[in-house]
Amino acid sequence: MAIRTLTKPLLYFLLIGLSLLFLMPVYVMLVTSLKPLDQVTLSEMWKLPGTIDVSSYVTAFERLAPNLMNSFYLVIPATLLSALLGSLNGYVLSKWRFKGSDTLFTLILFGMFIPYQSILIPLIQFLREIGLYNTIPGLIFVHVVYGIPITTLMFRNFYASIPDEMIESAKIDGAGFLRIFRHIMIPLSITGFVVVAIWQFTNIWNEFLFAVTITTSDQQPIMVALQNLSGSQIVQWNVQMAGALLAALPTLLVYIFLGKFFVKGLLAGSVKG
Amino acid sequence: MEPVIIKKTKTVKSSIKTTKKRMLSSDQLLAIGFLLPSILLIAVFVYGFISWTGYVSLSNWNSLVPDFSFAGLKNYVFLFSDFRFQADLRNTVVFTVLFIGTIIIFGQFLAVLLDQKIRAESLFRNIFFFPMALSFVVTGVVWQWLLNPSTGVNLFLSKIGLESMWYTDTNILAGFKWGKIEFGVPVAITAVVIAAVWQMTGFAVAMYLAGLRGIPDEVREAARMDGATEFQIYRKVIIPLLRPITVSVVIIMAHISLKIFDLIYAMTGPGANFVTDVPGVYMFEATFRGNYYANGAAIAVIMLVSVAVFIVPYLIFSRRKAES
Amino acid sequence: MKKSIWVSIVLIFSLVLSACSSSSSSGDGGDKKGSDKLEIFSWWTGAGEEDGLKALIKLFEDKYPDVPIENAAVAGGAGTNAKAVLASRMQGNDPPATFQVHGGAELNEGWVAADKMETLNDLYEKEGWNDKFPKDLIDLVSKDGNIYSVPVNIHRGNVLWYNKKIFEENGLEAPTTFEAFFEAAEKLKAKGITPLALGDKEPWTATHLFETVLLGKLGAEDYSKLWTGGLSFDDAKVKDAVETYKKMLGYINEDHSSRNWQDASQLVAKGEAAMNVMGDWAKGYFVNDLKLKVNEDFGYVPTPETEGQFMVITDTFGLPKGVNNADDVKKFLAVLGSVEGQDAFNPLKGSIPARIDADVTKYDQYGKDTIEDFKEAKLAASLAHGSAASEGFLTKVNQAVNIFVTQKDANQFVDSLKSAATELK
Repeated sequence: MAIRTLTKPLLYFLLIGLSLLFLMPVYVMLVTSLKPLDQVTLSEMWKLPGTIDVSSYVTAFERLAPNLMNSFYLVIPATLLSALLGSLNGYVLSKWRFKGSDTLFTLILFGMFIPYQSILIPLIQFLREIGLYNTIPGLIFVHVVYGIPITTLMFRNFYASIPDEMIESAKIDGAGFLRIFRHIMIPLSITGFVVVAIWQFTNIWNEFLFAVTITTSDQQPIMVALQNLSGSQIVQWNVQMAGALLAALPTLLVYIFLGKFFVKGLLAGSVKG
Repeated sequence: MEPVIIKKTKTVKSSIKTTKKRMLSSDQLLAIGFLLPSILLIAVFVYGFISWTGYVSLSNWNSLVPDFSFAGLKNYVFLFSDFRFQADLRNTVVFTVLFIGTIIIFGQFLAVLLDQKIRAESLFRNIFFFPMALSFVVTGVVWQWLLNPSTGVNLFLSKIGLESMWYTDTNILAGFKWGKIEFGVPVAITAVVIAAVWQMTGFAVAMYLAGLRGIPDEVREAARMDGATEFQIYRKVIIPLLRPITVSVVIIMAHISLKIFDLIYAMTGPGANFVTDVPGVYMFEATFRGNYYANGAAIAVIMLVSVAVFIVPYLIFSRRKAES
Repeated sequence: MKKSIWVSIVLIFSLVLSACSSSSSSGDGGDKKGSDKLEIFSWWTGAGEEDGLKALIKLFEDKYPDVPIENAAVAGGAGTNAKAVLASRMQGNDPPATFQVHGGAELNEGWVAADKMETLNDLYEKEGWNDKFPKDLIDLVSKDGNIYSVPVNIHRGNVLWYNKKIFEENGLEAPTTFEAFFEAAEKLKAKGITPLALGDKEPWTATHLFETVLLGKLGAEDYSKLWTGGLSFDDAKVKDAVETYKKMLGYINEDHSSRNWQDASQLVAKGEAAMNVMGDWAKGYFVNDLKLKVNEDFGYVPTPETEGQFMVITDTFGLPKGVNNADDVKKFLAVLGSVEGQDAFNPLKGSIPARIDADVTKYDQYGKDTIEDFKEAKLAASLAHGSAASEGFLTKVNQAVNIFVTQKDANQFVDSLKSAATELK
């Protein structure tokens, strides 16, 4: 069913050309990060490095390692908790609907579209009150709370595809709310959990606004540290590019190995009732 | 499930409702109980905090020391007469239009290309999708260098005499006087649009591709039988069928674009003459750098309203559709 | 059944909370108040400054080995990040034991006005400091006759750095007047060399340049009247300064808005630009980072028409209210204000001591010259670095400067300065 007017060679030419355009930033990142500082001159930025030099990775890693760890301490619990919370919510909102539950769901959903600037000032005051300001647990809490809408949405859409009849028959067999969840919903929603987990992992890893306003120096996740790398003394482009690659690596790896689920999450996030 | 069970369910259902009502409702209560924490969290952290921000935006808290005395609309009046905020509004409008427009055209184009039963489709798809897995901060850091006026792509472009000042360009195209600023298309914004398009096109491609795959072959066959050319099939049949997807893409991209912060903060900052400034950056700097909390809160409220204008009708519409 | 609802709710909450609290002991936000660690809060994370701070801390540890000390430096944004963190901690009544703050408005109109600082009159008395720091400097850290912080160093803001080779090749003298500056700039421009490097990606650098022009045109006395309302921003002299500033902006590099101050200094270092105006931390950057030699590769003079005047930027440390180890803090401040402390810190940081009796031999040629100048010169508080006026005013000036650099509309600029001045008391 191909467009016959577009001949195949032209099609491939276009696709390859556009692919190269999309990969260009990655090429520049790689090439630059592998050069020693004195080779990182403006006129040579497109050239391959004369010798492979990994010292910028060493420097970048030394500078970013603590923040990299912060990000893992942040992302893993936050992802698990918000997936758990989301699955429960999704389960209730799809299989235990009650009067007004759809309105409630819509109200919850609104929370995923708000600019977080609009809750930031009170949020910081609140975190300071309860002593979680400038802590990773504080950031985990924030991501779990503001992850509720998207994870609820994803699980609700996912559970909608599980036939109601299964629930009904389980009820007849005497299964209650929790048993149905544990023995029917969870086993059937492994894919759902993977999709949501990948989605939350990527989002929280990449998030910047909360990270930069809620944490400082030694508590900062990787993205803030990366941004600060560019604000420091000399702009060492090789170190910065190496840092950018290091910071991007976890989500890139997740994408490369589990890309299918990532795209699923992406489509699930686009609100379909 | 075996049909027998389903049947059984249906017949017994009515009797359950009457006889086991007590048990069912307590399970229902349990369900609501599990939902309750999330409802409370959302109520406090979304709606409560938004109200609090609204309250701050009406206060005099514009210094290090909190001052909640009532200031009326002072902060809003200030913002709308402020050069920087006026520039932000212009930049947001221009950025949103260029960004969404490019994404839609480019996304559809790529999706159609990918839909041609080509070899190595998944490889190409992955190349177009992968920037989405990156952080806006990473994108900003990389494109800052690529579009730096003295480095990056300019080294190529200068050879063909197409050098650009990119995000340091302070020219406003098609400008006319509007309030304190010149309204038009700031050239510098295009640099940010390029980076944002690079990052987000994959989303549109994924959506359109899913849409294209969802169109049954019979539709195309029927059009073909009517003697339509392939190009006409796309223009007259397929693209119109993708319209609901375009609506979704526009909404999703609009809310990203209206609250954009990290990309611009990492890539260009406010820029000379605020040519790349956006409300998100202004809010951050006003609040957390200048201690203008009330001004910052007012910016946040304006951002929220601008997003809500798109999102609320969309949410209501999706809900209605789901109900029917 | 009712019971199980509540059990499950409690379960979920405790799950969330336990996950949160399990590692909260590693956080340093909430539990600080209880600890007796002496937390030194600063934004000194760059090459030389970090070494200086460490030397200072080491000196303190040698003297008071039983007082645990913590270096709580916040990186990024030339101090803006640190200031934001500080603001948020102070508002939460969780002050660090002592923190870096620029003398002048940043201290006095900020923290002292907010009633967050203890007076240090007794410490000055006890250490006999009242005649060891210049009087003008003590005034800069005082409000209503009370002293609130201890200066550790002095940076000079009004320095014009120039590439020696370019100047020699073109037979130019380092300009000391605006007339000479424009003459040299014209010649350089004709040769295709950028006369003046500017990197105003962060807008304070452009404000920094502007304040040196203001100082040159107004003189220290009138300059300081600007901040107290003694001189209006639509005064003819200010307008003259604005016009001069505008003329200078005609000689800057085209890509100024994509560069920060280091990038601008690099232009001078590499010979792509001839001059730039920056505080003397640029010397540390030239020498330590770019490996250039003072008076060989680059030279320095006061910015045009500011000979005998000293735009002072001083880092100081004070004692916030509500810390429970106030005595330890005072011990630290005593070390910081001692000759020994200042001479441990400043040669590494690349600044000069705030005391007038420090050991001159420990400093390089630039340091020695500047120490001499500092003794004689009239001091002027820097606007761009928060000493002259409040943060709120500065924010608005930075905004107005950012617009002016592009639009070059002098009247509009003066108007915005005037309306910003309503922020001043």
